[in-house]
Amino acid sequence: MGAAPREPVIRVGGLNVAFGEIPVLENLSLTVERGEILGLVGASGAGKSVLLRTLLGLIPKSGGSVRVLGIDLSHANATERHTVGRRCGTLFQQGALFSSLSLVDNVQFPMREYLHLSDRLRREVAMAKIEMVGLDPNDGEKYPSELSGGMTKRAGLARALALDPEIVFLDEPTSGLDNIAAEDFDNLIRTLRQTLGLTVFMVTHDLESVGHICDRVAAIADKRIVYAGSLDGVLASDHPWVKEYFGGPRARAALAAGAKRKSTGEMRN
Amino acid sequence: MAASTDVASPSDPLLSWTAEGDALRAVASGAWTSANADRLERLTDSLGHQPAASVTLDIGAVGDLDTFGGWLLERALRPSGGRKTGAALAAVPDRYRDLLAALDRTNRRAPAPRGGAGGIVGALASLGANVAAIGDYTVALVAMFGALALAQIERFTKPPQAARLRATVHHFERVTWQAIPIILLITFVVGAIIAQQGFFYFRKFGAQDYVVDLVGVLVLRELGVLIVAIMVAGRSGSAFTAEIGSMKMREEIDALRTMGLDPIDVLALPRVVALVAGLPILAFFGSLAALGGGAVVAAFEGGMSFATFATRLQEAVTISDFEVGMIKAPVMALIIGAVACTEGLRVAGSAESLGVQTTASVVKSIFLVIVLDGVFAIFFSSIGM
Repeated sequence: MGAAPREPVIRVGGLNVAFGEIPVLENLSLTVERGEILGLVGASGAGKSVLLRTLLGLIPKSGGSVRVLGIDLSHANATERHTVGRRCGTLFQQGALFSSLSLVDNVQFPMREYLHLSDRLRREVAMAKIEMVGLDPNDGEKYPSELSGGMTKRAGLARALALDPEIVFLDEPTSGLDNIAAEDFDNLIRTLRQTLGLTVFMVTHDLESVGHICDRVAAIADKRIVYAGSLDGVLASDHPWVKEYFGGPRARAALAAGAKRKSTGEMRN
Repeated sequence: MAASTDVASPSDPLLSWTAEGDALRAVASGAWTSANADRLERLTDSLGHQPAASVTLDIGAVGDLDTFGGWLLERALRPSGGRKTGAALAAVPDRYRDLLAALDRTNRRAPAPRGGAGGIVGALASLGANVAAIGDYTVALVAMFGALALAQIERFTKPPQAARLRATVHHFERVTWQAIPIILLITFVVGAIIAQQGFFYFRKFGAQDYVVDLVGVLVLRELGVLIVAIMVAGRSGSAFTAEIGSMKMREEIDALRTMGLDPIDVLALPRVVALVAGLPILAFFGSLAALGGGAVVAAFEGGMSFATFATRLQEAVTISDFEVGMIKAPVMALIIGAVACTEGLRVAGSAESLGVQTTASVVKSIFLVIVLDGVFAIFFSSIGM
C-alpha cells in the first residue's frame, strides 16, 4: 500500500455540527487516504458517532465541508447520493440488518438495487461474501433474529461489502465480541483490505484492535480532532485527554498486544 | 483496485478464445467488474460450453477485478456441466491472487435445504399446521384470561400502592378521553344514517314515527356498543399489540422477567383494566351521540321537533334496552384487551412479525366482538330482556 499515490477519499474541513444550540463538533478537520485503515477513538459522548453519521450524511452539518469521494453529501442531489451509496458500505453498531429478510437476501439487497446481475450470479456472490466474512453457508437462510451478536456483526459486514465498496465505515466493529471473535474480526478486516483494497474508517473503543489493524489513529476530544497520525506518535501527543487515554497502563498493554499481533501476523504472511 | 467501474464498450472483447487442437486458449481482458457482470457471465457460460478437453484462461490483461468478476473466473475454474475439469488460470497478476484465493474457498458446500416438503404433502402439512395454530392460539388466549385474572386477584392481596394506579390512569386517558371526539363523531354519523334510511323506507308505509323506535332500540341494544368496540379494537387494541410487541423485540419483556416481575401484571393488566373501565363510558357517550344524530335527521328530514323525538324515544325504549347494551361493553373490552396483549407477546424478532401480529390483533378482536354480540343477542332474547 505504501507505494500507492496519496489520494484523500474523505476530506473534512472546519466542520461544525450542533444539536439545537449545543455544539457537538467545532472546526473539525480530518483526511482519510485511499487504502488506509483509520481508527477514530474518543471518550463516550465526545462525538465519534456524530462525526460518522455526518460523514454518512445522516446528520446535517451547520458549517464547514465534508467530502466523501469528492462529493458533499449534505448538498448532493439524488444521483450523487446514489453514487456514494454505491461506493461506500456501512457496518452499523447493531448490525441494522433488515429483520424481515434472510441473511443472503440482506446481502443481495444492495446488489438488487444497484447492479444488473443474473439471479444465479447474485446469489453465488452473496454466498461468497457470507463465507468470506467467516459465516457458514448454512447461515445464509437464517433471519437476523436467529443470529448471535458476533454473527450479526459478520453479517452486517457482508452486507456492507456487498457492492465491493471503496470505503467501509465501521461503527465499533469489535464491541460486544469476545476476545477470539474480536481478533478474528480484526484479521478479517485486514485480509479484506488486502484482497479488496478497501479504505476503512473505523470508530472504536478497542485499543488492541487499534494497535493491530489501524495504519493511523485519530483522537476526538474538545469537539475536534486533537490528534491524527501514526500510532507511535500518539504516545508523544501532549493533549491531556490523549495522554490520559493512551498513557494509562491498560491502554499501553492493549496497544502493545495489538502491535505484537500485527508483527506476528505479518511474519506469518 | 482502481476506482474505475466503467462499463465496457460493446466492442471491448473482455473474453475471447482460440482452439489449439482439443485445447482451448482463452484470453480475458478489460474491466472484470460488476458493471460488466451480465456480459461477462454470458461469455464465461459460453466458454464453459465449448467442446474442449482442457481450457487455459489467461488473465494477465485484466485491468480491473472485483468480487463479481473474480467469482466468474472462479466459476470457470470449477468443473461444470459437460466438462470434468475446469479451466486453468495463466499469467495471474499478483494483486489478484488474494481475492482469487479467498473466492476459491467459497461456495464449496451447498447449504442444507431449509423448509418442508413441497407439493401435496407440503399443502397438507401447512393446512395441518394452520389448524394446530388455531388450537395453540385458543390455548394462549384462554391462558391470557387466566393470567389476567390471577394477576388481578393477587392485586387484592397487596397494599394499594402496588395497584399500578398511575399506569392504569395513563392508559385510561389514552383509550378513553382521547378517543371521545372521534367516537362521538362516528357514532353521530351512524345514528344520522340509520334515521335517514329509516325515514326513506318507513315513509312509504306512513310509519315515519317509528323511526324513533328503530334508532332508539338499534343504537342502545346493538350498534352503539358494537361500533364503539370496533373503533376501540382498531384504535387501542392495535396500539397495545404494537407497544408490547416492540418491547418484546427489544428484550424489555425479558428484562421485566429477570427483575422477577410478571409482564402480565406490569404491562397487560393496567391496559386491560383501563379498557374495561373505559369502553362502557365510550359506549354510553357514543350511544348518546348516535341518538343525537338520529334526532338531528328527524328534525331536518322528518320535520320532527327535538321535544317530540324525546317523548317518542321515552315511549319506544325501556331501561332494559340500555342495560343490554351496557352489559356487553366491559366484556367486549376484556376480549379486545386480552387479544391485543396475547398478540403483542407473540411478536418474534422481525419488523414483519410486528406488523403481522398487529393486523391479527385487530382482525381477531373485531371478529370475536361480533361473535360475542351474536351470543349475547341469543342469550338476552332467551331470558326475555
